[in-house]
Amino acid sequence: MKLSRKNGLRASAIGALVVSGALVLSACGSDNNTEPTKGDGGKTSNSASSNIKCEGAKGQLLAAGSSAQKNAMDLWVKNFQAACEGVEVNYQGIGSGGGITKFNQGQVAFAGSDSALKEEEVAESQKICKGGKGVNLPMVGGPIAIGYKLEGVDNLVLDASTLAKIFDTKITKWNDPAIAKLNPGAKLPDTTIQAFHRSDESGTTQNLGKYLSTAAAADWKYDPKSKSWPAPGGQAANGSSGVATAVKDAEGSIGYFELSYATSNKISTVSINTGASAPVAATTENASKAIAAAKVKGTGNDVALSLDYATKAEGAYPLVLVTYEIACDKGNKAETLPTLKAFLNYAISEEGQKVLAEADYAPMPAEIAAKVRAIVPTLS
Amino acid sequence: MATTTPDLPRSRRPKGAARPGDRIFSGLSRGSGITLLVIMAAIAVFLTYRAVLAISQDSTNFFTTFEWNPAGNPPVFGIAVLAFGTVVSSIVAMVIAVPIAIGIALFISHYAPRKLAKPLAYVVDLLAAVPSIIYGLWGAIFLVPYLDGLNQWLDTYLGWTYIFDKSSDGVARNLFTVGILLAIMILPIITNVTREVFLQVPKMHEEAALALGATRWEVIRMSVLPFGRSGIISASMLGLGRALGETMAVAVVLSPSFLISGHLLDPGGGTFAQNIAAKFNEADEFGRDALIASGLVLFAITLLVNGAARWIIGRRKEYSGAAA
Repeated sequence: MKLSRKNGLRASAIGALVVSGALVLSACGSDNNTEPTKGDGGKTSNSASSNIKCEGAKGQLLAAGSSAQKNAMDLWVKNFQAACEGVEVNYQGIGSGGGITKFNQGQVAFAGSDSALKEEEVAESQKICKGGKGVNLPMVGGPIAIGYKLEGVDNLVLDASTLAKIFDTKITKWNDPAIAKLNPGAKLPDTTIQAFHRSDESGTTQNLGKYLSTAAAADWKYDPKSKSWPAPGGQAANGSSGVATAVKDAEGSIGYFELSYATSNKISTVSINTGASAPVAATTENASKAIAAAKVKGTGNDVALSLDYATKAEGAYPLVLVTYEIACDKGNKAETLPTLKAFLNYAISEEGQKVLAEADYAPMPAEIAAKVRAIVPTLS
Repeated sequence: MATTTPDLPRSRRPKGAARPGDRIFSGLSRGSGITLLVIMAAIAVFLTYRAVLAISQDSTNFFTTFEWNPAGNPPVFGIAVLAFGTVVSSIVAMVIAVPIAIGIALFISHYAPRKLAKPLAYVVDLLAAVPSIIYGLWGAIFLVPYLDGLNQWLDTYLGWTYIFDKSSDGVARNLFTVGILLAIMILPIITNVTREVFLQVPKMHEEAALALGATRWEVIRMSVLPFGRSGIISASMLGLGRALGETMAVAVVLSPSFLISGHLLDPGGGTFAQNIAAKFNEADEFGRDALIASGLVLFAITLLVNGAARWIIGRRKEYSGAAA
């Protein structure tokens, strides 16, 4: 007993040493890290503090919703909090459905959603928004990349119809004539295509479905509104990260996820043959061009978009996702209103939109951004 | 480590001699008992209420439909695939875990030298402390690629059994892999309980068997296993309960689809808990009710399993001192 206690003491002493050592080390590390950022990042943070208008922003701002825009939110929140002292913005990426539910229960100041509010959700929002209703403000766009792993094939080109057939497991071999026709000169192997989709419900799946059923209506006959995977075949993995990992691991695989997952996992992405003069690669810039082709279907203060998935515009990557921030146009809670306006103002400002590309998101095209920029200050 | 309470006859104190401490303690313990019942009743009421809301809107048979689309118009959802996947993956887990757990328990209680038994028991306990999401990630990233070979082998040599016939290509994100993972996860609980029961075997029984000239294996067969049978069963039922309800590990590993296939090596299928975890975040109000309805079915299945375990233990009360 005695002996073991002694050992225990010694062990904890060693533990304490290790911990304090680690603290010292990490302290050094962070010192080294902060200095360069102060040096070259100083300009941006200085200009940030001068451009971000805090205007009465204070206290805590709660928000929740789409996980697809979580990384964009994190960036904005970081910059916003750095500029406005004493403000805390807390965005929980719990999913669009959950975010809208929380918004309509009055638990959060705004929600993030991959799709615009449905009619019944707007009706429900009128209970919370005294004298107003929930409006959709598009702020974050992003390309949905089709990632693949195929030894020896670098620049794979596909079109909507072949994509639909691949994900519907109608095309099962990589050297299928339909794929070969789009990729003259590529050495396509005679291997099975392993198509991966999301096993959880997601706005990413929904947008892919909308794209396929618009651009390849003959080959994709499933419910375009479904957030869960509607087709019977293929394999599934949990979350975008799960799909990306699966594609990275399995030879001959293909899957879809937000562009950032392709970048961080170094997964090759498919260029889409939209009918434009050249196949379009999945980049944030090309996604913005496609969003610019969208029509505003919302009225008044509502800027819900109807995306043109079948666009043939030069350099427009049609497979995009737009996430909205949903707030009340009138009847926001008085205590959070200034913070809400200041934060959304920053998010849609030129500067806020510019940082999006850092996280592989696409900024809103000028016309739509201008529209939203005019609406945010009128929120009350 | 599981502690065993000595099986003392319940002491009956004469009524008049109750002191404040007695009253407070009996009040507290009664309160705890009532709290448990209230919680269970509240869960049941909540599940039933929300489930009724959902099932009354379901346009197809809730028990036989192979689809899950409560957001559709009209809503279509059914639990057939989920019930099948849950039961099958749990059966695979039990088939693998129970024999291994009994083996470990016997080794720790009767074969291993004392110096080895203690650390081994400790390591088994450690398995129980690993969070299920860690098992899931380990399964998806490490186990799945390594099981491809085993799957090919099973397909080649045992393909004739139908269940091991691999009819479609794809990595091993199937119910069989889920079963293996669940087996690892329920191993500690089964091992611990059976080990405790094996340690309860009266020394007299074992010595009597030894005196008759029995070998060690015969001692185990004649005295330890019969004595421990109800303990093994109740331990297995505890493990089965955990396997039925496991969520995150299954959600991360399985490649789900709404199809029932007897080919265990093909990706597909689904379990109740996995389906709820995958769909809950993005589901709207009604979708959540539908998921809760499936949760009610799992609740009922788990109750049945526990009830069966109680019944079996109750039948063999004379043996099981610490089995419960």
